[in-house]
Amino acid sequence: MKIIACIKQVPDSEAKVRAEDRKVSWGESPLVINPFDEYAVEGALQQKEAQSGASSSLSTVTALCIGPESAREALKHALAMGADDAILISDPALDAERLDTLGAARLLTAAIQKIGDVDMVMFGRQTLDNGAGITPAQTARLLGWPMLGLSGQIKVQDGNVSVERVIEEGRQTVSAKLPAVLSVVQSIGEPRYPSFMGIRKASKANIPVWSLSDVGASAPEPIVKRTELMNPPVRDTAVEIISGESPAEIAEKLADKILAEKVL
Amino acid sequence: MKTFVYIDHFKSDVQLAAWEALGLAKSLGTASAVVFGSGLDAVTKAAFEYGADEVLVADDAALTDYRAEPYASTLSALASAQSPDLILFPTTARTRELAAMVGVDLNTGVLTDVTALEASGNDIVVTRPIYEGKLIEKAVCSGKPVIATIRTRAFPKPEAEAGKSGAATKVEVKSEALTTVEGYSASESAVNLGDAGVIVSGGRGVSNNPSLQPPAGMDEKEAEIWRAQQGFALVAELANVLGGAVGASRAAVDGGYIPYSHQVGQTGKVVTPDLYIACGISGAIQHLVGMRNAKLVVAINKDSDAPIFKQARYGVVGDLFQIVPALTEAFRKKLGK
Repeated sequence: MKIIACIKQVPDSEAKVRAEDRKVSWGESPLVINPFDEYAVEGALQQKEAQSGASSSLSTVTALCIGPESAREALKHALAMGADDAILISDPALDAERLDTLGAARLLTAAIQKIGDVDMVMFGRQTLDNGAGITPAQTARLLGWPMLGLSGQIKVQDGNVSVERVIEEGRQTVSAKLPAVLSVVQSIGEPRYPSFMGIRKASKANIPVWSLSDVGASAPEPIVKRTELMNPPVRDTAVEIISGESPAEIAEKLADKILAEKVL
Repeated sequence: MKTFVYIDHFKSDVQLAAWEALGLAKSLGTASAVVFGSGLDAVTKAAFEYGADEVLVADDAALTDYRAEPYASTLSALASAQSPDLILFPTTARTRELAAMVGVDLNTGVLTDVTALEASGNDIVVTRPIYEGKLIEKAVCSGKPVIATIRTRAFPKPEAEAGKSGAATKVEVKSEALTTVEGYSASESAVNLGDAGVIVSGGRGVSNNPSLQPPAGMDEKEAEIWRAQQGFALVAELANVLGGAVGASRAAVDGGYIPYSHQVGQTGKVVTPDLYIACGISGAIQHLVGMRNAKLVVAINKDSDAPIFKQARYGVVGDLFQIVPALTEAFRKKLGK
């Protein structure tokens, strides 16, 4: 089985992200693999392992990423976790600020078609930067493949995939024929840490770079354009500590304060 | 302006933000409610009562269970035929997929988690949080229609006018599906944090009640979970008196104290209630990004240095096992419950 894990590189979640001169700044904070995408890599590796016993042909996991040269580091993380190979889609004509989700989905689709004979494409549920969580479904639509969103447990058998989908209202069991696109959620299990051997292998890996022309795409024209970038309004954060002689007295005062705010 | 409002529902239970979207659409011009599924009379009736100018209904056995592909194809064909300027959705797991696919079909942009929207000349300008709410962007879309999913509780809910009705218009169904729904189980603690006006959350601290003696025969981990469940029972009682939902930090979910569906934060649910009470939650950044847009934050923690106090308007430095029950009692009296 051929499995693709789509990943993105984003500022670390601890980063103090600010708007500076209408651009996104994250100071000295490192860029990391999008934390949700680690679950996509984990899910892909789990399926590879499940198949290695069940099927005579070898299964592979390829990590795929759109980004600048620096995004190699995110791919190396996926390789260190255990992915077999990695591909970076990068081109001077690609400007992250100008690549909207539909443009990204089109590029990923072109790359997946170029790779060929893919059985499963796995995404994280959303990225920490734009956070829309719509690229997986757009990629599925462009490929014409079924979309299994927010998948928890994943089972592949006889060319079918069955997942437990985690939605607001509960859990749904949903199945489809392969090939399919999945977005995975935390309930598949915590992503494994890169092993020492994995890190060594990743550091030596040759990661091919595919340009726009390599995947047969022209420079995407964004449909969505950012017109303003702002820091959120600063909250009046002075906390008022409520104290008293007894829990009952504190509770009494606190309840009155909350009721006076008219939020109930 | 002509707006489609997709009325997202699960087994006829309509998302609150769908009605908020309908109110927004009315303020911009004409609002066509779009309802898909089967057995939709109640949802259709409610759409008229909440102010829809017309209701476009695909009521068909083939659409009984939501599946992205037939729903997207049906909606895309309808939008192609009627050319709305804007399609609004509440933001849910289903509508992220649906909006995404319709965006592909109609070659237009999709803006999610929208918190403000205004018509400015020929443009529709949306405001949305990005980078986990650390930044806010305004964006425009050059495609037509503009597709936006709105965040719950960001727009006012319109008043329902009982008895208001109209004639529903039948929509042609595109039924080709690529997935099959095999089964469904409501989580034993079905919780809709997104719609909740009040959330009372517990963190690792709820497991630390030393005065509780776990039943004999439990190992250390079982005893910890047992203690935490007693703690969450106190949290749930307070939530219950306030008519709210129970949330949790990642630490509490990872500890096995409470199911993932309760998790607030970067890897859980981003919530925007009017009142958020954090009990025994220290306030890791990954939790704060999930709740910092609550209108009023109250923190109860024994550690006065806990970062959660920096986000809170009111705080109590103390033992949650004493404060939370006392607060429940105080509200019970004051609210007459």
